[in-house]
Amino acid sequence: MIEVKDLYKSYAKGKVNALNGITFSVEDGEIFGVIGPDGAGKSSLFRILASLLLPDSGIAVMNEHDVVIDYRKVRQIIGYMPGRFSLYQDLSVEENLTFFATLFNTTIEENYHLIKDIYQQIEPFKNRRAGALSGGMKQKLALSCALIHKPEILILDEPTTGVDPVSRKEFWDMLGRLKEQGITILVSTAYMDEASRCDRIALIRDGKFIASDTPQGIIENYADILWSVEGTRMSALLSALRDYSAVKTSFAFGDKIHITVTEGLQVGELRQYLAEKKFDDVRIAPIKPTVEDCFMALTSE
Amino acid sequence: MKQFIAFVRKEFRHIMRDNRTLLIILGMPVVEILLFGFAINMEVQNIRVAFYDPTPDAFTTGIAERIRQNSYFNYQGNMQSMEEMEVAMRKGKLDLAVVFPQNFQESLVHSGKAAVQLLSNSSDPNRGSISATYATAIIASFQQEHTKLIQIPFQIQTENRMIYNPLMKSSYMFVPGIMGLVLMIICTIMTSVSIVREKERGTMEVLLASPLKQGTMIFAKTIPYMVISFIDFIIILLLSYFVLGVPINGSLLLLFMIAILYINLTLSYGLTVSTLVDKQVNAVIFSAITAMIPVLMLSGMIFPIDNMPLVLQALSAIVPARWFIEAVRKVMIQGLGITMIWKEILILIGMTLFLLGVTIAKTKKRLE
Repeated sequence: MIEVKDLYKSYAKGKVNALNGITFSVEDGEIFGVIGPDGAGKSSLFRILASLLLPDSGIAVMNEHDVVIDYRKVRQIIGYMPGRFSLYQDLSVEENLTFFATLFNTTIEENYHLIKDIYQQIEPFKNRRAGALSGGMKQKLALSCALIHKPEILILDEPTTGVDPVSRKEFWDMLGRLKEQGITILVSTAYMDEASRCDRIALIRDGKFIASDTPQGIIENYADILWSVEGTRMSALLSALRDYSAVKTSFAFGDKIHITVTEGLQVGELRQYLAEKKFDDVRIAPIKPTVEDCFMALTSE
Repeated sequence: MKQFIAFVRKEFRHIMRDNRTLLIILGMPVVEILLFGFAINMEVQNIRVAFYDPTPDAFTTGIAERIRQNSYFNYQGNMQSMEEMEVAMRKGKLDLAVVFPQNFQESLVHSGKAAVQLLSNSSDPNRGSISATYATAIIASFQQEHTKLIQIPFQIQTENRMIYNPLMKSSYMFVPGIMGLVLMIICTIMTSVSIVREKERGTMEVLLASPLKQGTMIFAKTIPYMVISFIDFIIILLLSYFVLGVPINGSLLLLFMIAILYINLTLSYGLTVSTLVDKQVNAVIFSAITAMIPVLMLSGMIFPIDNMPLVLQALSAIVPARWFIEAVRKVMIQGLGITMIWKEILILIGMTLFLLGVTIAKTKKRLE
């Protein structure tokens, strides 16, 4: 179980505030996702929990071990995977894994069952140097190295950044299986679409949790009426929508625009307005909000 | 212990797989030996001189007085016996000894010929030959003046003996210097870079988040470089013995002991540097400026310490290579035993302990 209370952290002698009072807890065997853009404070939070940074104030306890006082004990029970690839590029896959196993006073054989699913995929390349692996395989190796000592808590800082969509999906499937083995998983991501794979999520911005709930709970709390608008000439369309008084907010979401509208606005009214502006071929439909919509709504408040 | 062995093995793998670095650290001693094969001549000052004069007379005291008053010489006293002279020379208290024969004046007046022996400590060959040349010139001018004065043609012959380095090979001087330089570069730069690389590549973050103790890591980091620098030391020793013909007059075991002490010192310095910088390039620059340049300029390897201004002489005392080079010269060239280098040994040990203390104090158990 992870318990965090009122964590504050600043850099450059207080000039940069990375964490502005964070409180949350993660139950045993839960996948907790911390979701937010770059620079929101995710890495600072994870480093404090991995006992790598000292908080300015506040308490963080990992399975009853304080990260400041009991840092040695914390380092035995956690598996930490930093944001960027942090293995030895000039060592082979197998050498990396053996090295980290020995570091934690264990062997590959002893905990092979834990990493079997993941490691089997990279085992054909076990003699290849880690630096020559693809992004997805690197992450699998890094996860294997973080898991090899059977940690009680897994801390994964943006494990899927820079990984192809197929590998990302596989990665989350693996996390699901690890959770079944009772490992508590704290994971951060900048990809909002990964939020649904977590048991609970927290949206982080400027060093603060702006919401914390199950993904479903976050979405259910969404109060606005949300439509999606599709068409050509996207940027002109976006500014046309922003000029319309009944449209409260509008954001580009890939090849669509998500807008929130005032109550009572009819799809036909908007279509007519756009037609006047020479946007003939637009598709407008009410949609269900995603976590990203919730994040946008929460941050624009 | 298993952690330690695994770490050492990992470090060796890093080195063995980096062919360019491997080439540099094993090729450097060879290149340096060739590079410094050129002798460098320089003015010599503050020549410590003593006299042995069994039967003083007007001529011998006159010559002695001339030498004493010359600004290049620093008078150390009159010796009572040749044995005393030799002891002073061995202890490195003398650069030049002027030995007059018995009844100098008598033989000069009667036969018109007399010989003065100049013994110069040529373990530093430049200094040895130049001090003898100065003394010869002074004696020659003394002779000239007196020839005019008393109208009797006579001749004082000076007979020079370059002791410890009879052939005046400058390689005797730079071989210990190159040892000091190469070991300093390899140990300091390589150790600091290998630790800072872990910081820069982010692997330090993973190591810190593991149960591995900082002390184990640091100690394990030094082992491969200890081995490599000892190999380098042996390469230089073999090259200088077989190619340059530099003798190994003292105990080989003692020489190895000095080398190990010095290697430990330079490794400790590399560790200290690694606690002060965060980027590999800074580690290289910092090591080069603080380790290489003082070794080149202030260790006595190229420029004799006695010729330096007092400020630089004082500064040279904190350059570890100075003490290493001095100890190696004494053992390798002069063939002295451990009793003659205890001061150097103690200084090397003291510096190592100091640097290790700084490293331990500055080593972080977290990222900041």
